[in-house]
Amino acid sequence: MNTTSAPVLEVRGLTKAFDRKVAVAGIDLSVPAGSFYGLVGPNGAGKTTTLSMATGLLRPDHGQVLVQGVDLWADPTRVKGMLGVLPDGVRLFDRLTGLQLLTYAGLLQGLERATVERRAHELLAALDLAGDAHGLVVDYSAGMTKKIALACALVHAPRLLVLDEPFESVDPVSAANIREILAGYVRTGGTVIVSSHVMDLVQRMCDHVAVIAAGHVLAAGTVDEVRAGQSLEDRFVDLVGGRTTGEGLAWLHTSSD
Amino acid sequence: MVAHLVRLKLTLLGNGLRRSAWQVVGLVFALLYALGAVLGCLAGLVALSFAGAPLRSDVLVVAGALLVLGWWVVPLLAFGADASLDPDRFALFPVPRRDLLLGLAVATLVGVPGAATTVLAAGSAASWWSSPLALVVGLVGAVLGLATCVLGSRALTTSLSHLVGGRRFRELMAVLVLVPVFLLGPLLNAVGEGLQGAADVIPDAAGALGWTPLGAPWALAGDVAAGRWGAAGARLVISAATVALLALVWHRALGAALERPRRVSSSRVRTRGAGAFGVLPPTPTGAIAARAVTYWVRDPRYAAAVVIVPLLPVLAWFAGGERGGGLMLAVGPVTAYLLGWAISADIAYDSTAFWTHVAAPVRGLQDRAGRVVAAVVVGVPATLVMTIASLALAGRWDTALPVVALGLGVLMTSLGVSSVASAQVVYPVPKPGDNPFSSPQGGSSAAMVVQLVGSLVLGVLLLPGVGLTIAAVVTGNPALAVAAVAVSLGLGAVLLVVGVRVGAAAYDRRAPDLLAKLVAMR
Repeated sequence: MNTTSAPVLEVRGLTKAFDRKVAVAGIDLSVPAGSFYGLVGPNGAGKTTTLSMATGLLRPDHGQVLVQGVDLWADPTRVKGMLGVLPDGVRLFDRLTGLQLLTYAGLLQGLERATVERRAHELLAALDLAGDAHGLVVDYSAGMTKKIALACALVHAPRLLVLDEPFESVDPVSAANIREILAGYVRTGGTVIVSSHVMDLVQRMCDHVAVIAAGHVLAAGTVDEVRAGQSLEDRFVDLVGGRTTGEGLAWLHTSSD
Repeated sequence: MVAHLVRLKLTLLGNGLRRSAWQVVGLVFALLYALGAVLGCLAGLVALSFAGAPLRSDVLVVAGALLVLGWWVVPLLAFGADASLDPDRFALFPVPRRDLLLGLAVATLVGVPGAATTVLAAGSAASWWSSPLALVVGLVGAVLGLATCVLGSRALTTSLSHLVGGRRFRELMAVLVLVPVFLLGPLLNAVGEGLQGAADVIPDAAGALGWTPLGAPWALAGDVAAGRWGAAGARLVISAATVALLALVWHRALGAALERPRRVSSSRVRTRGAGAFGVLPPTPTGAIAARAVTYWVRDPRYAAAVVIVPLLPVLAWFAGGERGGGLMLAVGPVTAYLLGWAISADIAYDSTAFWTHVAAPVRGLQDRAGRVVAAVVVGVPATLVMTIASLALAGRWDTALPVVALGLGVLMTSLGVSSVASAQVVYPVPKPGDNPFSSPQGGSSAAMVVQLVGSLVLGVLLLPGVGLTIAAVVTGNPALAVAAVAVSLGLGAVLLVVGVRVGAAAYDRRAPDLLAKLVAMR
């Protein structure tokens, strides 16, 4: 892995406020090409807002997003074809069947019908969705919905994958399959950004990490640099703070009486 | 437990009001409406209390039976309208079923319909003030009647919840329930004509209903006033047995509902292959059209926008005089307007799923054109079929050319205006999967402005075509007919192209901002 390669995604001074509440207060990130980049932070840190702005889904108040040197917000149509996006907390066109949704995502990216068809069937098989390909997405479980959305992000073989909480409510077997797909994608030159709450997962899976809290970047770099000898989880708690000791819940210890 | 659940219901009501000023306005209107209805009914009861005892008894029985029927049937149709105290939500709490039953029953009375019914039931007893014994028995009857309303409504919804809760059933009912509402006008007409006979029917109806669970509790006081003790006793047994039976059914159903919570989906739709995606061209525009066509078929919100279309000839037939007259000729153009205007909130209907378009390199022209193609695929056949049907019903084949042209012109024009509107503003609409007729929070003002401005603009743009067509139909002048056809089609085509282009420019400028608004509304 080459950490000195040119950044595939560069985020400069992004800010966003909703009404008067500041969600992102000046974030700079540099994601090297071919890296597996983790974005971690407590609830409400601004992860989803940052990733939405970095993928063209949310207009920033200030700042710049460069994908392979091209300004996303200046030329969105050119840049969006290079991105594969899995947002969190939004709907899908769930009255389509899984196969139709995947076909839709592929055709919107301008792929040929034959290409879409071939890739759709391969993706459905790889994500263990082949049996439900003809069922409506609205009837899918939460984990299956996540997986079909991930398939939609992959179908046009993007240069950069931006995944918001991709493992949430996904079963362990599927999560392992997804990790393997993503690792293979990175090995062949792709770049992945994932946000997650699960530090252990990020430490094992990612080579780079940024810790975000209250709309600021607290630390960023390779995973080894950021964790500085500690486990990522301990380091994260040190950086973010806010641990309570659990005192005062004595009644919860049923053995005490 | 009872106090808990009543407090929970009040808290839910209060918190709902805190969330949005529009909900307060909604509640105020509901209260005013209910107050008006209750006052009207109370005035009727006062008048009734001076009428002869037999008439009083008969009217109370019929009205009371209707009230009970309403409580039983309406929640089935409007299922999910108020799921705040859905028994499923108590599945995890260790509440004794008997307490839960009583608590839910009393909590059902908290709210506008419950309060109104309680007042009216008490009023029905009070109308027997002239005979103290009948008044007391009337109060017993009122309590039994109220219990029949609440327990019957709860027993039916709970025992049918596995059926009623299914997505397909809900969607179907939500659309079908509106059909009688649209036909209300013609129905009332017919009823009005038959009303002369109604006065004679009431005693017979009361006689029969009084021995059913629906009417028995309301007949008690009348029996006592008339000294028919045997009848009163029998009806008391019927009422009490009904209440006991309903409580038992509900108890059983509640147990079943709590022990095996409702599954998310019972019937799955399966479509082999790519459906519309395999038919339309494999381009972004074609894909968007295919997706939109699929939604026209599968999403009841689209069906709801045009559910009235098949009923238009019926309405015209009743309202337009001889064979529907000139009104019948308007059926085709009105169909075109409804279908064309149905996509005026298309992006709002996408809800946050719209991100799929924003994240992909989709240009405004592709988005706008795709949605218009879908509406054309649905709209042109529908407009033609309805126009031909209306011409046949009216027997005016001589006007076929200008009327067909006007229909197509209206479709193109309203699609053009819709294309601009849906790229300019998004406002709260029923969310995917919600009842298509539920009114979303805080939506009414923006929606009303868009509807108003949209119909004004459309009205102005359609004026030349409509004017010429009416002139051609009335005079039968061939030259006017040719002019009408030319203007309808020509102007419509120009406006469609202009609308799509203007809408596309707005889309390119504003797509992420529209998405941000949709996310905020979520």
